[in-house]
Amino acid sequence: MAVSILKERWTSKLYETTIGTGDKAVKFGGDSTLPYLQFEGEIPNRPAVALEITDVEPTDWPDFLKAHWEGVLADPVAWAKQAAEYGADLIALRLDSAHPDKGNASAEDVAKTAKAVADATDLPLIVIGCGVEEKDGAIFPAVGEALAGKNALIGCATQENYNSIVAAAMVNGHNVIASSPLDINLCKQLNILMTEMNLPAERIVIDPLIGALGYGIEYAYSIMERSRLGALTGDKMLAMPVVCFVGQEAWKAKEAKDVESPEGQTWGEQGTRAILWEVMTSTTLLQAGGSLFVMRHPESLKKFKAHVEEISKSNA
Amino acid sequence: MGLTGLEIYKQLPKKNCKECGQPTCLAFAMALAGGKASLDACPYVSDAAKEALDAASAPPIASVKIGKGDRELVIGGETVLFRHDKRFEHPTGIAIEVCDTLSADEVSAKVDAINKLVFDRVGQTHQVDLVAVCNCSGDANKFVETVKLVQSKSNYPLILKSEDVDAISKALEIAAEGRPLVYAATAANYEAMTEVAKKFQVPLAVKGDNLDQLAELVEKVVALGYKDLVIDSGSREVSRMLADLTQIRRKALKERFRPFGFPALAIASNDDVVKEAVDAGVYISKYAGIVVISSADPAVILPLVTLRLNIYTDPQKPIAVEAKIYNIGNPGPDAPVFITTNFSLTYFCVAGDVEAARVPAYVIPIDTDGISVLTAWAAGKYSPEKITDDLNALGVKDKINHNKIIIPGHVAVLSGKLQELSGFEIIVGPRESSGIPSFLKQRWNA
Repeated sequence: MAVSILKERWTSKLYETTIGTGDKAVKFGGDSTLPYLQFEGEIPNRPAVALEITDVEPTDWPDFLKAHWEGVLADPVAWAKQAAEYGADLIALRLDSAHPDKGNASAEDVAKTAKAVADATDLPLIVIGCGVEEKDGAIFPAVGEALAGKNALIGCATQENYNSIVAAAMVNGHNVIASSPLDINLCKQLNILMTEMNLPAERIVIDPLIGALGYGIEYAYSIMERSRLGALTGDKMLAMPVVCFVGQEAWKAKEAKDVESPEGQTWGEQGTRAILWEVMTSTTLLQAGGSLFVMRHPESLKKFKAHVEEISKSNA
Repeated sequence: MGLTGLEIYKQLPKKNCKECGQPTCLAFAMALAGGKASLDACPYVSDAAKEALDAASAPPIASVKIGKGDRELVIGGETVLFRHDKRFEHPTGIAIEVCDTLSADEVSAKVDAINKLVFDRVGQTHQVDLVAVCNCSGDANKFVETVKLVQSKSNYPLILKSEDVDAISKALEIAAEGRPLVYAATAANYEAMTEVAKKFQVPLAVKGDNLDQLAELVEKVVALGYKDLVIDSGSREVSRMLADLTQIRRKALKERFRPFGFPALAIASNDDVVKEAVDAGVYISKYAGIVVISSADPAVILPLVTLRLNIYTDPQKPIAVEAKIYNIGNPGPDAPVFITTNFSLTYFCVAGDVEAARVPAYVIPIDTDGISVLTAWAAGKYSPEKITDDLNALGVKDKINHNKIIIPGHVAVLSGKLQELSGFEIIVGPRESSGIPSFLKQRWNA
């Protein structure tokens, strides 16, 4: 019996976003169906994967994770080169040093670091602030200028500080991450505000503030499914590709970090467990509609890419 | 398609006895048509009407029970494509394979390992659900021996995995009592296999080579009078299986396509444990009723049971953690005390950020029925009275040698009243938990 394949007729698709310039520029988004249903629509680009580096040596990374970055953790330029060798599509530089508790570096200082990293690699750059909204609003004019023409992705812009970040992106030709806390209406609202400043919609990437496996992933999962459905049915203000900051969430989970507790002893070898925590957080959010993934462990990147290869095979 | 309310109403006794919980038979008929009631609720419906209605009002995806007693697994009965539409009903059963080519010692060791896969999360116990005994040897006697051994060492329900009718028949002689799932009826053996499943009254998996063949086979098995079924399209590549599982769920729900109105089974087993785990994760997210893997490594199972818990959480009912005093690090009497709510996500954020600050502390979630700080405050579930009662009941004062508690920045407005009622000195913490490390640095022991 021939079973007639049930296809949805979607009326719209995701914006396609390009980060970087030249040969190594990365394109993602553009999907015209739900994740990996090739039988139904076009999935023109693979998800892009960035490895995350920070401009000050991280203090809260577990040893297992740091071991793979030995010798480069205090030097963002060397770190970026190492990340490129590990096969990252992009470098995600986090400007932690600007944080009031971590040195409170000035806009000029962090801009210098960003420039140095940009000069050391031909991979496209994502540059993330320190997470303090006011400070991030203050550093991006200088950072944006230092990276002028690199077509970088900068953020995260929030309801509080989007003005200066969007302006910095528009003047210097960058793209912006719009970050809103797990709420589809706030997400949409921020996208509207940013496009009202005349930032083209295809230069916005949505950050729904994901949680790791076991730590609220289901909220992000459903918000992402809903925004993909919105995008496919014609809502242009939900049609931007989604970035998932998996590394920072997965490596906070005790299941990824724990080696000592009695409970942790029953969880199997830390290596497999920790890598799977980061990989499975990513592959699950890939099923919810993520397009850009920021990871921390080179092995996670490798395993995730292997999965992408498999899931991208045609099922038409 | 299902019947309309009026068509159903014609078959009901029209007594308006209210014993079904509905005010009238017509209201009951409407509820049945909308899938919101079950015919079992009517004590007076005739057998003839039951038969006529059961077929028409059957749920779009059947529920299937595997095993017996405490460990009985219920799968299927799903009604939506996306968890945000309502919720996913029955969490995917996770099965671990044990091959009959293993020696008795190896089988015992593997079953021991499976028995140890018990995890505690948010106060609940999570574990795998099934052991799949595989007739990899092709030898019926070896299969039966392995089934016997597994049964003696574990009380998980079984999947009997063999396409050899004779081997299944022999295994059921000793295992039918526990209601194992037989895997599988195929194009080559379905007549005899269906007879055997029928004879022992155990659920039967039907396996095709693709969706077309699966639909055809299911119809043939149903025509033989057996409907206690689980279905497998036979695909083993993750992208193909994702498409198949999606079609099975879509066609069952949107077109009421009967051959696909059963829970689906997906085999993810692979020598590469990461690939196996990741594929199984895709199947848990996308509609599998059962997923079969080969590894019993807790490092593989822990992420899978966690994912299943997340995906199958009712989006309308947030998960709550137990309201008690949690120690982060080894807090002494001078450690800070953080007050939060028992919405699990809120608690995990606070606990995680306190841990990241590397200052030993107490974290106390107040019982707000699992809702977040601002929502609970707005709903009156995070009042000074409620917080004071909970803190007294938990004996917080006996744990500390200072008199300070830290409340979430979002509910700073509670400070005055809470101080007055509880007698604690109230410190207003950051609005977001991510501010806790710097808050501790600046405000605690400073």
